[in-house]
Amino acid sequence: MRLRPGKGRAGPSWSMLVGTLGGFGMITLKVNGKARQFDGDPDMPLLWYLRDVAGLTGSKFGCGMGLCGACTVHQDGVAIRSCVTPVRAVVGKEITTIEGLGEHPLQHAWAEFNVAQCGYCQVGQIMQAASLLKKTPKPTDKDIDAAMMGNICRCGTYQRIRAAIKSAAKEGA
Amino acid sequence: MNTIRNFSRRSFLRQSFGAGAFVLGAGLLPTPARAALESAVFSPNVFVGVKSDGTVLIVAHRSEMGTSSRTMVPLILADEMEADWKRVQIEQAIGDPKYGEQDTDGSHSIRSFFGVMQECGASARTMLEQAAAKQWNVPISECKASLHQVIHHPSGRKLGYGELAAVAARLPVPDKTRLVFKKKSDYRYIGKDLPIYDLAEITHGKAVFGMDAKVDGMVYASVEHSPVFGGKIKSIDNKDALQVRGVSQTVVIPDFKPPHAFQALGGVAVIADNTWAAFQGRKKLKIAWEEGANASYTSSEFKKKLQTTARQPGKVVRNVGNVDKGFAGAAKTLEAEYYTPLLAHAAMEPEVAVADFRNGKCTLWAPVQNPQAVQDTVAAALGIDKKNVICNVTLLGGGFGRKSKPDFCAEAAILSKQLNKPVKVVWTREDNIRFDYYHTVNAMYLKAGLDGAGRPVAWLQRTVFPSIDSTFSVGVKYGSAGELGMGFTDTPFAIDNFRAENGEAVNHVRIGWLRSVANIYHAFAIGSFADECAHAAGRDPKDYLLGLIGNPRIIDLKAQGVDYPNMGPIETYPVDAGRLRKVVETVAERSGWGKRALPKGHGMGIAAHRSFLSYIATVVEVAVSADGKITIPRVDTVVDAGMVVNPDRVRSQFEGAAVFGTSLALMGEITATAGKIDQSNFHNYPVARINEAPAETHVYIVNTDAPPAGIGEPGVPPFAPALCNALFAATGKRIRELPIRNQKLV
Repeated sequence: MRLRPGKGRAGPSWSMLVGTLGGFGMITLKVNGKARQFDGDPDMPLLWYLRDVAGLTGSKFGCGMGLCGACTVHQDGVAIRSCVTPVRAVVGKEITTIEGLGEHPLQHAWAEFNVAQCGYCQVGQIMQAASLLKKTPKPTDKDIDAAMMGNICRCGTYQRIRAAIKSAAKEGA
Repeated sequence: MNTIRNFSRRSFLRQSFGAGAFVLGAGLLPTPARAALESAVFSPNVFVGVKSDGTVLIVAHRSEMGTSSRTMVPLILADEMEADWKRVQIEQAIGDPKYGEQDTDGSHSIRSFFGVMQECGASARTMLEQAAAKQWNVPISECKASLHQVIHHPSGRKLGYGELAAVAARLPVPDKTRLVFKKKSDYRYIGKDLPIYDLAEITHGKAVFGMDAKVDGMVYASVEHSPVFGGKIKSIDNKDALQVRGVSQTVVIPDFKPPHAFQALGGVAVIADNTWAAFQGRKKLKIAWEEGANASYTSSEFKKKLQTTARQPGKVVRNVGNVDKGFAGAAKTLEAEYYTPLLAHAAMEPEVAVADFRNGKCTLWAPVQNPQAVQDTVAAALGIDKKNVICNVTLLGGGFGRKSKPDFCAEAAILSKQLNKPVKVVWTREDNIRFDYYHTVNAMYLKAGLDGAGRPVAWLQRTVFPSIDSTFSVGVKYGSAGELGMGFTDTPFAIDNFRAENGEAVNHVRIGWLRSVANIYHAFAIGSFADECAHAAGRDPKDYLLGLIGNPRIIDLKAQGVDYPNMGPIETYPVDAGRLRKVVETVAERSGWGKRALPKGHGMGIAAHRSFLSYIATVVEVAVSADGKITIPRVDTVVDAGMVVNPDRVRSQFEGAAVFGTSLALMGEITATAGKIDQSNFHNYPVARINEAPAETHVYIVNTDAPPAGIGEPGVPPFAPALCNALFAATGKRIRELPIRNQKLV
């Protein structure tokens, strides 16, 4: 699996959506089911919009290059790396962050297996795993490797992440 | 002296906890207002309060970076106090010497504070029992605390801790020499698998890490440092940077003065109204640097220098018998050289700090392992008294030793003072990799003389590395006793002629401690060479290792003239060959050593190491495919860390250590060219991912009443040698340099 950064992906050209003189004009983003206006730089990565502008700090900054997965959110239900996805690329898309995920069976599984150590990467791990289970409800070890290899955990909780995903899959996440 | 004082009569605490609150100690709210009320006299390490609603507040004075200290240290107090864990609220301490030592480092939170926490818990429990006895006017011997209430057994009457708080607050604190502690069999929480306090917040994205700290009116800063350590600014062109929307200005942070210690590195900060704008502005800075002396540093050249030094006699740091005579009489001699590169910590959360300087005081919110070092560092940087530095500790997105060095906090403080507003300094991953306090590079030389039966009769080992002391002093050339005592001067082998030497090396980058520190390279070389000797002798490596360790005994290093700090009192924590033997024997049993049939391309390797007062033995099973791809199907680790507070969190630390060990053994390497670090992010400084990590790590905890020892670090050292020994078993190829990915296996 390769990551799915939103950078350069199809979507309305931002020049069509924004003003031309002075500022950047206004764009509308849909985050956790709520429409939000943003008049900042449409090249700003979604991650920094979420964290610094929208105040949704559950998604984490880890690398800024789509290499670690700490910033993982859902775009139309599929995991993307928000640190390399400019806000202009998600206009018209449904963005879901951990704050909007609701109570998910994965969170229970994470508690059952005491997965977290420092916890910093875990939101990204859970968002990635939720995307995996949506597409592949009964993942094999290989499926888990393929889906989760983009998410680094420096504490090394991988063994429990795997167990928690399998447990949530059994519960029918 | 009684280490616990009753602060209940202080009005500020009444305000904090409501009228009638019963409080032992102080410092329950990590807010600037609370800290400002404290006296500077030494206060106890441990603090507990009971609110009138029965909530028990326990201060965590250790930082949480994943090892569970923030949960487990307070849990000891809660257990001894007979508090109901569900009704305990943990309050994170600010940095303050009144707590005693606060550096969450060196794997010592449990062992250093177990007794202190017990005393505080027992004091609180005793006072609550006394309060109940007073209320009921009965002898205290008839009152017993049990799960958040005191019960009068003859009558069956009960009073909750909240109801007793006001009366208890008026009682004198019992003399600690008269405290009666719970029996081990009565522990409710200690020894059980309990989850960490912050688990639900973590999984729901509500936990507050340093990266999430935000205060009103805050601006964001990103700092450009000299690409060569110690370089100075020649000229700055900030025109383009200031054109970036959201960027307001640039600020020069002054150069550090040697020794650099935890000072800000110096550089140019770009100030903006959001993080990304600060990053973008910084990319547009044009700075000419005077690179200075360290521009001569290229790691490939430096490696040769270290290796040359390791081939020459060095300063003798331990000597037993006469190795030269031993070699002369040996039937066979073996020599080998080992090398390990610089490593970066690469915690998932890059360095980050918020500072707010106003009215002569600086308040910080930061993910730091040592908030008192933040006080010292910021005070020195701003020229203020450290009492006026208030450091609030957030959760840490990993630490591994990096976040006990608060240079990034100094940056935020300097900028806030200059700008007169709160500033959040955010390091990029590139900053994190390029401006680390690196785990040091190391070269070793080993020589063994074996007799006709393959037994070692002489052993010489040399270690050469730039020392962590170079961070704190100028002109350092040799390793400290602390670094040498990490698996080098304390090698627990029973060999008649043994000499350990240390050669000279200087630093060209900032050097610092990383999870298990000098044990990493010493255990790698010595654990690998033990395996080499076993094969040279034609013996099973596990049996040979047990032979090297020798008979169960206490090894008296002092008697051998070794300057050995240990990591705790040597009387309590002697170097015990018997315990090391036991973990080796147990791991052999548990892993199926010599008994399990392995598929083609698989091999098993073993290594054992004592560090942070714990005894660990690890067996790694490795699989090497026909095209040389390495996977790790299974790891078995046996841990003798004395008594443990939470077996599940112990297992998790050793599972994590196996992954950390995989990263450093397979792929970890920082190099430099002309003084500049070559790596920058996870594409060129990779760490183990889920598909590369050991598929399963089995952790076995030795059941013992020995005093508690380290957990967070000691799993790391034996991993790399066990892995490399397994690779030899699988392929016949001996790895003497890390990382393994630089070596050809097939």
